[in-house]
Amino acid sequence: MEKFTKLSAIAVPLDRANVDTDAIIPKQFLKSIKRSGFGPNLFDEWRYLDHGEPGMDNSNRPLNPDFVLNQPRYQGAQILLAWDNFGCGSSREHAPWALEDYGIRVIIAPSFADIFYNNCFKNGLLPIVLPEEIVDELFKLVEANEGLKLTVDLEQKTITADTGLKINFELDEFRRHCLLEGLDEIGLTLAHADEICQYEEKQKKITPWLFNE
Amino acid sequence: MSAKTLYDKLWDSHEVRKNDDGTSLLYIDRQLIHEVTSPQAFEGLRLANRKPWRVSANLATPDHNVPTTNRAEGIADPISKIQVETLDKNCHDFGITEFRMDDIRQGIVHVIGPEQGATLPGMTLVCGDSHTSTHGAFGTLAFGVGTSEVEHVLATLCLIQKKSKNMLVRVDGQLKPGVTAKDIILAIIGIIGTAGGTGYAIEFAGEAIRSLSMEGRMTISNMAIEAGARAGMIAVDDTTIEYVKGKTYAPKGGQWEMAVQYWKNFHSDEGADFDKEVILDASCIEPQVTWGTSPEMTIAINERIPDPQQESDAVKKEGMKAALKYMGLEAGTPINEMPVDVVFIGSCTNSRIEDMRAAAEIVRGRKVADNVQQALVVPGSGLIKQQAEAEGLDKIFKEAGFEWREPGCSMCLAMNADRLEPGQRCASTSNRNFEGRQGQGGRTHLVSPAMAAAAAVTGHFIDASQLAATSGSDVSGSTV
Repeated sequence: MEKFTKLSAIAVPLDRANVDTDAIIPKQFLKSIKRSGFGPNLFDEWRYLDHGEPGMDNSNRPLNPDFVLNQPRYQGAQILLAWDNFGCGSSREHAPWALEDYGIRVIIAPSFADIFYNNCFKNGLLPIVLPEEIVDELFKLVEANEGLKLTVDLEQKTITADTGLKINFELDEFRRHCLLEGLDEIGLTLAHADEICQYEEKQKKITPWLFNE
Repeated sequence: MSAKTLYDKLWDSHEVRKNDDGTSLLYIDRQLIHEVTSPQAFEGLRLANRKPWRVSANLATPDHNVPTTNRAEGIADPISKIQVETLDKNCHDFGITEFRMDDIRQGIVHVIGPEQGATLPGMTLVCGDSHTSTHGAFGTLAFGVGTSEVEHVLATLCLIQKKSKNMLVRVDGQLKPGVTAKDIILAIIGIIGTAGGTGYAIEFAGEAIRSLSMEGRMTISNMAIEAGARAGMIAVDDTTIEYVKGKTYAPKGGQWEMAVQYWKNFHSDEGADFDKEVILDASCIEPQVTWGTSPEMTIAINERIPDPQQESDAVKKEGMKAALKYMGLEAGTPINEMPVDVVFIGSCTNSRIEDMRAAAEIVRGRKVADNVQQALVVPGSGLIKQQAEAEGLDKIFKEAGFEWREPGCSMCLAMNADRLEPGQRCASTSNRNFEGRQGQGGRTHLVSPAMAAAAAVTGHFIDASQLAATSGSDVSGSTV
């Protein structure tokens, strides 16, 4: 997994609550058996005016000029601002894969859906939860200052900007550590293989039916 | 020892170790696998040269992509075909049991787990699908995971997890006739909201829940995720044990007696502490129809489409306006006047035998209304299809003008060929009414199987109990 330490980038304000993972990456693109290549279809139904299918040449498709990601001032954005309950719905990890493939590394919202939030950390994405009034302040700041870059520092747990903005955020220590180091969680779990075996031996006496071959 | 909730008991009995940072290593007894969220997990195992920790803990079936017609001809869409074949190959290579597309036991993963007894009380169960909460109906800790976690569970049968908070949703009293499990869960989501359960594990309890069959309980816990909770669960009782008995993977002989004793402990203790409690009166719940693009946007069949101008929260108001625009609806319209174009009866929420029976009861002796362009019944598994056919339900549907299909996820998420056209309005027994969920531009209204059947035969939303009172054959086969 790619490490996350510090990022300075443009932020794109997605003025919606309850953005579901069907909207982030529509189902027809879930048929891929790969982990990469989902970026061009991120927010497909909002981003393009036609109907997208896998295998299409996305560079020739008509863009929806009203969709915020298509506005020239937000090109190259790597930070996404959104409202409550971002990533609700389906557990598809294709949603963080699509965001990451597009170039997004940080999502800031007042709240996230649990499964999506969890999936982000497996893919080097940093979801930041901030109070609604601070998210509101960020929306206004970004919309008022074209080209403004926000700096997200995971080591310091801060978001800063040249305007003098400084926001502190909180994050689980374990998740922060894994992101900073780009750790393989399966490797971490397998380091406890002995304890897993001991647990199984104990359970075989209590719930033997769960171990029938 | 202090009183524990059902969730506490499930958690504590599966904790392999506590980590210093407040997370735990949680043991997973069962993983269910389908074709969409597993290919990259198997690829990850191969790349890291890892093997499944214990092959027999896993059970697989294709469901999202499978066609519901002409099974013998295989899958027409070449990309879907590759994905299903990839599952077949991965299960073959790693020795995992799979019910393939041509197997009578194939079906929606959340239907076949319980049907086979692969879902058992007191266990932990995961699947790369958010509706894994379904299995919580058995007093099971079951939740959806992403593909990285599918790989993690394949390799270790464990997950690094932080314990959720406890929420109790208690539905007291008895339901009015014609009100079903689907109406209960939609009403609950309407009250607590789609993010109301975020960070919580929900236990559903109370007389109205206890009175439900296992099918009804699965409908309830299935949609816990639509209230934001990864896990929804219901305590073990005689109904649970009776359902599990004799299932293929259920314990047998001496192990059965031992298991029943063990399972009976999986309920919340008297006086157990919940972080949040929501109490509903079952007798106040009316048949529900969702009007918007989020499952919390639900109203009773006798209500009107709400007006965004009455909403004080600015973000919610914008969400309501956007939903009305997408759904092609006007505030103030009575929902029971809305005509429907398509009816879909199926999905992991409502495709079990009891759902088939409830819909057939309404359809019997009636015809699909002229304005309904398509009416689909998609049973949840090959075995349910077989059972329904043995009961003659397929004939009732077909004679009325419904299409009787092969099992799969079908139009719930439209990954196969079954989908809405832009602008089509659908009465659907599925679980999500998000924009584009059933096909780009499609408009989904979530309802119970009886309500979907009633919409099919009248051509518009209507309280199904009005039809239940007079059977179709009594009125010379005409539509009511």
